[in-house]
Amino acid sequence: MTSPTKHERRIVIRPPLSLAGTTRDENRTLIRDWWADLDAAENEGRPVANVFVMGSMAEILRTFDMPISFPEMTSLQTAVRGRSLEYITTAEDAGYSPDICGYVKADVGVHLQGGDHPMGHLPKPSLVVATNLCNTYIKWGEIWERMYECPVFVFDIPGWRGSGFETKKGSGTFRDDVRYVEAQIHELIALAEEVTGRRFDIDEFRETLGHVNELSRLFQEVLELNQHRPAPFNALTEGINLMGIVNAYRGSPKGTHFLETAKAEFEERIANGVGAVPDERFRLLLVGTACYSNFRDFAGLFEDWQGVFAHSDYMSFAGGALDRGIVYDLDRPFESMAEQMVLSTQEAMGGMFWGQDWLTEVVRDWDVDGIVFHGVKSCRTVSTGLPDEREWLLRHRDIPGLFIQSDLVDPRLWSEAQLKNRIDAFFESLESRRAAGARR
Amino acid sequence: MTAETVESIVDETRTIIEDPSYPMARRWLEEHPGGKVLGHFQVYFPEELAHAAGVLPLKVAGFDTALPIRKADAHLAAFVCSIARSALELVMSGTFDLLDMFVFPPICDVARHSCAVWARNFEDVDCQIIYLPHNAASPAAVPYLTGEYRRILREIEEVASTRVSDEALRRSIDVFNENRRLLRELYRIKRDTPWNLSAVEAYILTRAAGVMPREQHNDILRRALAAIERRDAKPQDRIKVVFSGGFCEQPPLDLISVLQDACYIVDDDFMVGLRWILEDVAADGDPLEALADAYLNHSDYSPVQHDPRKPKEDMLLHKIEAAGAEAAIIAAAKMCEPGLEEQVGYSQRLYDVGIPHLVMEFEEKSNTFEQTRMEVETFAESLLFEFA
Ligand code: SF4
Ligand code: SF4
Repeated sequence: MTSPTKHERRIVIRPPLSLAGTTRDENRTLIRDWWADLDAAENEGRPVANVFVMGSMAEILRTFDMPISFPEMTSLQTAVRGRSLEYITTAEDAGYSPDICGYVKADVGVHLQGGDHPMGHLPKPSLVVATNLCNTYIKWGEIWERMYECPVFVFDIPGWRGSGFETKKGSGTFRDDVRYVEAQIHELIALAEEVTGRRFDIDEFRETLGHVNELSRLFQEVLELNQHRPAPFNALTEGINLMGIVNAYRGSPKGTHFLETAKAEFEERIANGVGAVPDERFRLLLVGTACYSNFRDFAGLFEDWQGVFAHSDYMSFAGGALDRGIVYDLDRPFESMAEQMVLSTQEAMGGMFWGQDWLTEVVRDWDVDGIVFHGVKSCRTVSTGLPDEREWLLRHRDIPGLFIQSDLVDPRLWSEAQLKNRIDAFFESLESRRAAGARR
Repeated sequence: MTAETVESIVDETRTIIEDPSYPMARRWLEEHPGGKVLGHFQVYFPEELAHAAGVLPLKVAGFDTALPIRKADAHLAAFVCSIARSALELVMSGTFDLLDMFVFPPICDVARHSCAVWARNFEDVDCQIIYLPHNAASPAAVPYLTGEYRRILREIEEVASTRVSDEALRRSIDVFNENRRLLRELYRIKRDTPWNLSAVEAYILTRAAGVMPREQHNDILRRALAAIERRDAKPQDRIKVVFSGGFCEQPPLDLISVLQDACYIVDDDFMVGLRWILEDVAADGDPLEALADAYLNHSDYSPVQHDPRKPKEDMLLHKIEAAGAEAAIIAAAKMCEPGLEEQVGYSQRLYDVGIPHLVMEFEEKSNTFEQTRMEVETFAESLLFEFA
């Protein structure tokens, strides 16, 4: 096939599906409600917590009925709405370097503009919970600490330790890690009591944990649906909507209801032979994140080749490891939460650094033709070692990969012609591989 | 016999620290056939653990243009700081082929990724992350860190095929306590009488700790301190500044030299990990716990550790005041996320309290400093005029 011109849209006749659009609609309602809740909290003077997708501690904060704001999501939304640059430059004018995470700058820009966000009003945080799962979370938290003098609780979860490391449940290291994490759960509860003036309710906590168990089970089932050919959803474009809700509604029955809706819609697609990308030809795995300031164009560069993202590591790490199966034991909630946090951090988050084995499994189980490694200047947390990982997988596992670079939210770093050249060349190489495979 | 001069000791030491092949470590290996070497990345590593096992700890703090980057770039994304590249290049190029074990602390995501890149590429080196606590004020942090030190000690024991006793650890703590005492004295001189010890000299003498057996470094420091004692330079009319931003990637020596031509750098955070612990580590009790406690509770500050007990801007202000400085240089390494973020907080606070400061970026590999020279001279002159 010759290289496609810019996002040729072919006319595709799809069978009418009764559930078409239900996931999108529910997503919109839930995101609108989430913003409304943040707004209401601010107006009523109720405390809001700023948290992050990797280790949001929603399990605890929801117990206190605390609205939780996800600045990574709100920064992403500025980009999807085409306004990130204006906020980024506001932050740069205030002294922030062009070389730091764009999410941080987009958020700082919103705060410096009085909280005015394209989708609502960003409240001031009364509490920040920053895990160490991205070190920038901690620096970001310190910025709000300076702006609003709010407490910043750094929730520290010891992660992947290096050569030959495996999380062994009975090991001394695992026990030490769990003890440390469990102690911090209690510290955070005490702090949340202080900030909200409410007593911790263990029954509500158990209930929230139960919802997360359910969310995790459903999330795994939804992801597995994409092992089907053609893949019923695009982990890039539709995956982002799933991630928004599983984060914002983690621990709430609305989150599980949403996944049930998504699951039903995707199952209907499967039953009718409908794929996310018409006439699917290539199945891809995204490592890293997308470029949200140029999201449609980014997705188009792959869809033009009828390439679908069957999976992404983003759906793993940015979901706080829901994909790995979280099972809280409600009879011993604190200890069990600590154990699960250590396990999921070391497995899912460790995968950002030491991802080759998990990626190999996904390539096999999701029947992936090639991996797209997208390094973004904003995020050294996902991007630093990608060229090395790509090269390792090609050399040791014969898995083809493409390494490209742009940014999450900064449109100044988007260079479409350059990206297109590399992406086209990658698909051509996948075609040649396929042809060579057929000849063998 | 004429007494040794500071200049001669510094020259000899400079040759050692500028050689990426780690000549003193090679000499140690010749003297200790079969000896094991543990490298560690910035900022802090409890080197006593390696020392007690008879393993030579070496600090990797990056290299300037003496180490051209040829191979490492292909393994890292484009927007990663220079020190991560030069550390990788050191090993990939074969320049630093001594390692049996290498440890990264989780200071930033570049460091954590680097551990994975190293582990994938250097199968013969045991590459570890030592998970120093980020919740430094948690009451659970000391017991946790004691356990983590124990885990790393077991790794070291395996690499060195030995067992380490508490007694051996205590002896090593003594050696490093002595080293920290000597470094404190060096810094005291630089702070109180900067005309008797320049920033470049203090830097070279300090950095040498990471590239040779610590006993030898203690000897160098003792000789240097004796030689400094004999110096009696005249104070010059220069402003006193605190330099901030050298906690991980290091500015090139020539840049420090440009800065010191215009002002006295009376305190700084260059190689802060070597001076991280501010007091002697207790010699009694469980030595691992004593080291963990010292790391968390008797220590300095840096942009890569969040500790609500040590708000960083307050710590910086305190440092400026304690050093009697009139101004500050607030620097950050290019592409260093934590350093660049901290720079804004520092600068805002200094602005609020009216302390003059110069904000700058540097890279270990830069080799032209004319622009910086102009900036720092203008800055210093305007202040001299103001404070005159
Ligand atoms: S560095 Fe990456 S993970 Fe961290 S806050 Fe920025 S975008 Fe998120
Ligand atoms: S210079 Fe900054 S980004 Fe680079 S390794 Fe050091 S702390 Fe990390």
